[in-house]
Amino acid sequence: MAKVVAVTGNEACANALRQVNPDVCGIYPITPQTDMMQRYASFISDGKVDTEAILVESEHSSMSACIGASAAGGRVITATSSQGLALMWEMLHIASGDRLPIIMPVVNRALSAPLNIHGDHSDAMGARDTGWIQIWSENAQEAYDNTIQAFRVGEHMDIRLPVMVCLDGFIISHSIERMEYLEDAEVKNFVGEFKNLYPLLDLEKPKSYGPLILTDLYHEYKRAQHEVMLKVKDVVLDVAKDFEKMSGRKYGLFETYRLEDADIALVILNSAAGTSKDVIDEFRNKGIKAGLLKPRLFRPFPYEEVAEALKNTKAVCVLDRSDSFGGYGPLFMEISSALYQLKERPVLINKIYGLGGRDYLPSHAELVLNELHGIAQGGKINIIKEYIGVRE
Amino acid sequence: MAETTEIRWHGRGGQGTVTAAKVLADACLSGGRHVQAFPEYGPERAGAPLRAYNRVSSHELRMHCPVLNPDVVTVVDATLLDSINITEGAKDATIFIINTTKDPKEIRAKLGAAASQKVITVDATKIAIDCFGRAMPNSPMLGALCKATGLITLDHLLEDVRKSFGKKFSQKVIDGNLEATRRGYEEVKEG
Amino acid sequence: MKQKGWKELVPGAVVLEGGSACKFKTGSWRAFRPVWIEENCIQCLFCWIYCPDMAIKVKDGKRGEFDYDYCKGCGICALECPGKKGKKAIVMEEEGK
Repeated sequence: MAKVVAVTGNEACANALRQVNPDVCGIYPITPQTDMMQRYASFISDGKVDTEAILVESEHSSMSACIGASAAGGRVITATSSQGLALMWEMLHIASGDRLPIIMPVVNRALSAPLNIHGDHSDAMGARDTGWIQIWSENAQEAYDNTIQAFRVGEHMDIRLPVMVCLDGFIISHSIERMEYLEDAEVKNFVGEFKNLYPLLDLEKPKSYGPLILTDLYHEYKRAQHEVMLKVKDVVLDVAKDFEKMSGRKYGLFETYRLEDADIALVILNSAAGTSKDVIDEFRNKGIKAGLLKPRLFRPFPYEEVAEALKNTKAVCVLDRSDSFGGYGPLFMEISSALYQLKERPVLINKIYGLGGRDYLPSHAELVLNELHGIAQGGKINIIKEYIGVRE
Repeated sequence: MAETTEIRWHGRGGQGTVTAAKVLADACLSGGRHVQAFPEYGPERAGAPLRAYNRVSSHELRMHCPVLNPDVVTVVDATLLDSINITEGAKDATIFIINTTKDPKEIRAKLGAAASQKVITVDATKIAIDCFGRAMPNSPMLGALCKATGLITLDHLLEDVRKSFGKKFSQKVIDGNLEATRRGYEEVKEG
Repeated sequence: MKQKGWKELVPGAVVLEGGSACKFKTGSWRAFRPVWIEENCIQCLFCWIYCPDMAIKVKDGKRGEFDYDYCKGCGICALECPGKKGKKAIVMEEEGK
């Protein structure tokens, strides 16, 4: 029986982790994630889990400890945000290169400078190329569900890769929302017993991690890593199918909302997708065929499937909550790459919104949908990439 | 009430405004409703003006931004009326619930509220001091909100206050807050 | 030796055996070779301690001949050798002479 509660995104994720009860947890505080690991530390102190907590002196150390614990043969978690994820950067590559299935909620927050603690996607987008699987979440329920599913995806014997579960800082991490918890036993059964692959602590079979590999084989190892990423989509879908059987909640590579017959569409990640859906309903009521695509699996990116979902639209706006300065927004680049392979494709524009926690309001979605409507009616694109919700 | 009720709270850091919004969200879970509770985050400083929000709805809440057009505006500290425009974004039928010693008619005039808008007052600070000796007006304000909106029954609210405060406080403080919530409910004045 | 293709690699570049450095014979790197003069050797085993590779094998507490498969010719053993009565037990000789 599911339990209906009103909790924050951080509390929801902490409880997902508690229900999985991993072996080792690297802990270092950073706003807005702190509250999640603080709750998890309470679970440890209260004897609700038997996780070994490693309290470290930085996120670099936290990820290093996680890598060691995972190579040793444990089920390992940590969580971070913003500067913390940035400080982990070199170790992120080692976790994925060593093929260690570490699970890490990332509570998305802006990067300094200027110093800002609020939600945007600059942190996780900066870790886009680290070889981690990235799953994004709209609300507390999705963050909870994705955290549980992440274990099955990352630990799958054909995959063995680390997974980030992204949720918006403050907007989701600190806001109370209604959601449903699964039973502890259901989650335990769903994720299953942890199976290790090449545990260092198996002393009968000594082995080494992290050898020096130069021009002779490095290229081949990276080719193999690319191949594993190609298998992730199928595993994500299989795990989602099992999850739906248990919870009744359906997940895919991305979510589409009223997109089937849409002329115009928004592509947008995480919490702002919810706000956009309400505005799309208003446009539909006015007779304008608007729809939405919300990516869930961002790494690996499902290019063909996204192209297929958007191919019948006339105009699409990709909204990015981070910027690649001097380039287009990171999500725009993916959608652009996906659509380029189509013979006939929609017109594409890019808006940068909500940096450093700037509110994304229904009026912003209206503005963009009106512009798309004009373009779809035969109007011209004025500017491909532009900031919205910004003071002149 | 409409399908979705949106509430904006105005308070000052340290008055328990955010806690009140959380307790309300929890209490409104009943009957399969969807709820949200979230403060406007910033540096948390005692005495600094803050806002918090609630949404309560019979359908899934997807909106993830501040409440712009509140159905209910709750002012936990009357001194805010002089420094902040608490009527911002109000609708034709918005209910204003103000913690004040003043008469609701006087407040109505001060706010310039329309005839279609309700103005409700309660001396929540006095109730709090009477009941548990601290100027912490959040529980009587919850009682007043309960009476003014009918979102939940008083019994249900009292049960949730008991549950929420029970985690942190002594029996004396819990009893005081329960009494304060009840008096907030009973002592609202409309004008 | 045929090099491995990308499909044949162990995930994560993990080395699945202990002591695999034995397979990497570095003796061919040598320009000078150490020569052991047994009559000057006091079996102090300094050479065994100082050898950065595994070119000196010890059996029953005593060293024997060098294992030239792993000796890179660094000369540390010859430098550290105390010898007997001023005569070194290890000397370096140019390869190929």
